[in-house]
Amino acid sequence: MISEALFFSAVLFTIGVVGVLTRRNAIIIFMCVELMLNAVNLSFIALSRLHGSTNGQVFVLFVMTIAAAEAAVGLAIIISIFRHHKSVDLRNINLLKG
Amino acid sequence: MLQDLAAVDTHTLAATAARYVGLLPLIPLAGFLVNGALSLIPAYTMGPGDPSAAGHDHDGAAAAHAHDVDHAEQSGATGDDHHAVARHPYAAVASVVGPLVLVLSFALAVAIWLAMASAGEMNTPYVQRFFDWMVTGDLKISWAFQVDQLSMIMVLVITGVGMLIHIFSIGYMGDDPGYPRFFAYLNLFVAFMLVLVLGASYPVMFVGWEGVGLCSYLLIGFWFSDKANADAGKKAFIVNRIGDVGFLLGMFLLFANAGTLDFTGVAASASSLGYDSALVTTICLFFFLGCVGKSAQLPLYVWLPDAMAGPTPVSALIHAATMVTAGVYLIARSGFLFAMSPTACITVAVVGTLTALFAATIGLKQWDIKKVLAYSTISQLGYMFMGVGAGAYAAGMFHLVTHAFFKALLFLGSGSVIFAMHRAYHHTGSHEDAQDMRNMGGLRKYMPITFVLMWIATLSIAGVPPFSGFFSKDGILGAVFARAQHGALADATWLGMPGSAVLYVLYALGLVTAFLTAIYMTRLMLYTFHGPNRTGDAEQAHLAEAPWSMTGPLVVLGVLSAAGGWLDLPAALPLGPVGVLEKWLDPVVGAATAAVAGTATEAVTSTEYFLIGAAVVIAILGIVVAVARLKPAALVPKRDALPSHGFEHVLEEKYYVDEIYDDAIVHPLVSGSRNVLWTGIDRGIIDSLFVNGSAVLARGFGWIGSQLQSGETGAYAWAIAIGALAVLGAFTFR
Amino acid sequence: MNTLVYTFHFYLFGLLAIASALAFVTRKSPVAAALWLVNTMFCLSALYVMLDAQFIGAVQVLVYAGAIMVVFLFVVMLLNLGQASDITDIRGLGGRLMAGLVGLAMLAELFALSRLHFPRLMGAMTDHANIVNPVSGPLFQEYLLPFEVTSVVLLVAVVGAVVLAKRGDNVS
Repeated sequence: MISEALFFSAVLFTIGVVGVLTRRNAIIIFMCVELMLNAVNLSFIALSRLHGSTNGQVFVLFVMTIAAAEAAVGLAIIISIFRHHKSVDLRNINLLKG
Repeated sequence: MLQDLAAVDTHTLAATAARYVGLLPLIPLAGFLVNGALSLIPAYTMGPGDPSAAGHDHDGAAAAHAHDVDHAEQSGATGDDHHAVARHPYAAVASVVGPLVLVLSFALAVAIWLAMASAGEMNTPYVQRFFDWMVTGDLKISWAFQVDQLSMIMVLVITGVGMLIHIFSIGYMGDDPGYPRFFAYLNLFVAFMLVLVLGASYPVMFVGWEGVGLCSYLLIGFWFSDKANADAGKKAFIVNRIGDVGFLLGMFLLFANAGTLDFTGVAASASSLGYDSALVTTICLFFFLGCVGKSAQLPLYVWLPDAMAGPTPVSALIHAATMVTAGVYLIARSGFLFAMSPTACITVAVVGTLTALFAATIGLKQWDIKKVLAYSTISQLGYMFMGVGAGAYAAGMFHLVTHAFFKALLFLGSGSVIFAMHRAYHHTGSHEDAQDMRNMGGLRKYMPITFVLMWIATLSIAGVPPFSGFFSKDGILGAVFARAQHGALADATWLGMPGSAVLYVLYALGLVTAFLTAIYMTRLMLYTFHGPNRTGDAEQAHLAEAPWSMTGPLVVLGVLSAAGGWLDLPAALPLGPVGVLEKWLDPVVGAATAAVAGTATEAVTSTEYFLIGAAVVIAILGIVVAVARLKPAALVPKRDALPSHGFEHVLEEKYYVDEIYDDAIVHPLVSGSRNVLWTGIDRGIIDSLFVNGSAVLARGFGWIGSQLQSGETGAYAWAIAIGALAVLGAFTFR
Repeated sequence: MNTLVYTFHFYLFGLLAIASALAFVTRKSPVAAALWLVNTMFCLSALYVMLDAQFIGAVQVLVYAGAIMVVFLFVVMLLNLGQASDITDIRGLGGRLMAGLVGLAMLAELFALSRLHFPRLMGAMTDHANIVNPVSGPLFQEYLLPFEVTSVVLLVAVVGAVVLAKRGDNVS
């Protein structure tokens, strides 16, 4: 089961990456990042089960916590960008050009 | 090895004046510093209302030059050498300091010589080591001076004749704005020349060698605001440098094979180099190449006639008495090397003889009085090389000494003549050439003392007894003849020809050259001092003898030219003590002389009488022919002179050698450098390709980098993904 | 543990998770995408439980599906992005092909890496009675410092979110 779990994790991660590269909506991209984090969580759990200890699960807790914090801040940023550009399309967010 | 000898404080000279030999070059060097400091003070100019400035368009420019304070040296240089514009404010100080250091040096030299003379037998040189100069790996060169008979002869000539010329310069150059600079350079030259002759090893000698080359350049181009003078200086330096390459290569080969570069060390290991081997011949010929450059032999003599652009005292000191004789000194010093290679010896003698003949032919047709003397110098240097080439080192050195006397006298005498001519032209405001013999004539009425002294010198150089030149020239010719009969050289082959045949031919050519020498020197005297005066009626009133500060040294040199022969009387003419110089030099060059000549150092007495007779007859014949054939009355002044034709013209144009060198060597080099090296490589490749190209490359990379900063977040996400892929790939395919 | 039922359910939830993820990535409407992601998380939670991380499975539903995704949906609602737009925000064909290639490459590499060392079957679980203790033990003992730091991070995130999302100071 471990290697199947890792396989699933890999596929989910790849889907997340493809999503990030394919979509232009900032919120969708954000959600793809969350998907990637979930995939990694699955990996952690599987390997934690392999080792027979719960250290991996503890780490998953931390990942989740940080994901929550990141989601909060990231969405706040998207809100303020939306207020400025009236859109969350990535094509319009290019102030980093230089 | 040097240490072992220097540590020997038990050398007989160690407790005498010889231990101050280190001071000998330092005294003129101090003079250089003082005069140099003085020369940095610019000469103030005369105002435009000065009467002697009127009528000379040069002087206006020179006054403007002298105002140029930021280039102090320039203020000392006027456009031409003949019109004094402004006397240097510290000329009086320079007049004292300049000659004084030479007097002091001469006094020290005499003291050392007396110490040597009273020390009796001295078979090893006294070497004083000062400090380690270059110590790396196997190479250990110390700065050391060597006091032995050979170096002391040179030191006495340099300081003695130098002292007289310095005193002469007080009068000759006193009104020149660059007067302190002149003495500065002259003192520096003497310092370097002393280093050259006192050096205990080839590298120290080379320091002096290069130094005198530098001073020669500085002094030839003394009046450098005239481009021709600057060019002459450059030419001298560059042609000298060609020879110096030979010196360097000789040193390298010597070190590679003998492991040492000081004279005592090389003398000891010379025999290990192989008798008449290719190695020893190559080393000797490389050193001879240095001599060819420095002592103006074929084919590198071309700088010496041009060097007459410098002031006459310079010509006298450097290009007659001292610097050009450095080559002869080198060969005499390296006798132990040349004794190992008969091929090199004969080569030296052949080149010397050919040069002597070649230059003598050119001298027959020159009109500038200094040019005649220049070619005469080249010719006499050829004689000296003939002597040392044949292994007669003492004879060659003897001719060096006597030549220093009479050639310096000739140059200084011509300097007096030119000085008088200049003064005359200055008074009348004429622009005629003061150095051309066609503008002279009949000067014996106006300059009797100079006239007599110049005749003494002429008879000496022509080889008329009992003057010094006769003895020295006869010494060389006799030595060549003796070595043609038997000895190592006679037995050797040179380019397939038997050595004795070659030496007989050289002897014959030497006689021919003596004949020509007598002719052209008599010609010089006839055109300058005899016959009617062509200077012009207005100028004649101003022609007069030079002041005593200038004529005094001439008298001393005249006495030496007349009596100098007693330094080395041949055994066949025991008019006094025989062979004084030869015996004096025996500890240094005796072994080498014996190795080359065997028992044939001098011819059998009966043959010797015949040779002497032949030489005298030839000399007197030359004078007679000249007097009979040359009609000074038929000459016209230079401005009215008709151009010459045929072979005469070729001689007057010095066989077009300068033009040939220009077309064959100089122009291709210059245009090659300009078009290939400068335009092609320097500008095209290095500047455009490397310097600008790297800038373009950096800009290109920068442009690529800037394209990555598009500002589009999506593109950044792509970049992250690709980067992650690459890192994963590194892990996967490790 | 390694019974057929177990294996069947494992594969079921796994494939469901993947299918939901694919659906999530390809929806045009942000709301639909978010809900599909929630489904993915439910399936993952089931997988966690089957892998003996029951507590984490519960927390996953509570925190991820219940809080984080809700925040996402709030923001979508706030910014009125709910409708499927006519102009799709999915990149063109070229972009999708390139992304697909990148994805395949990444999958291949991950596959190669993961294939190597891991067993197919699991060993027995040691402790069935305690579910929360094994997690909380290390959390408050070994990893106490990261725990405390994480709480600070949460505080900072809250403050940051409030500051960033506030309307700019207009003239009072």
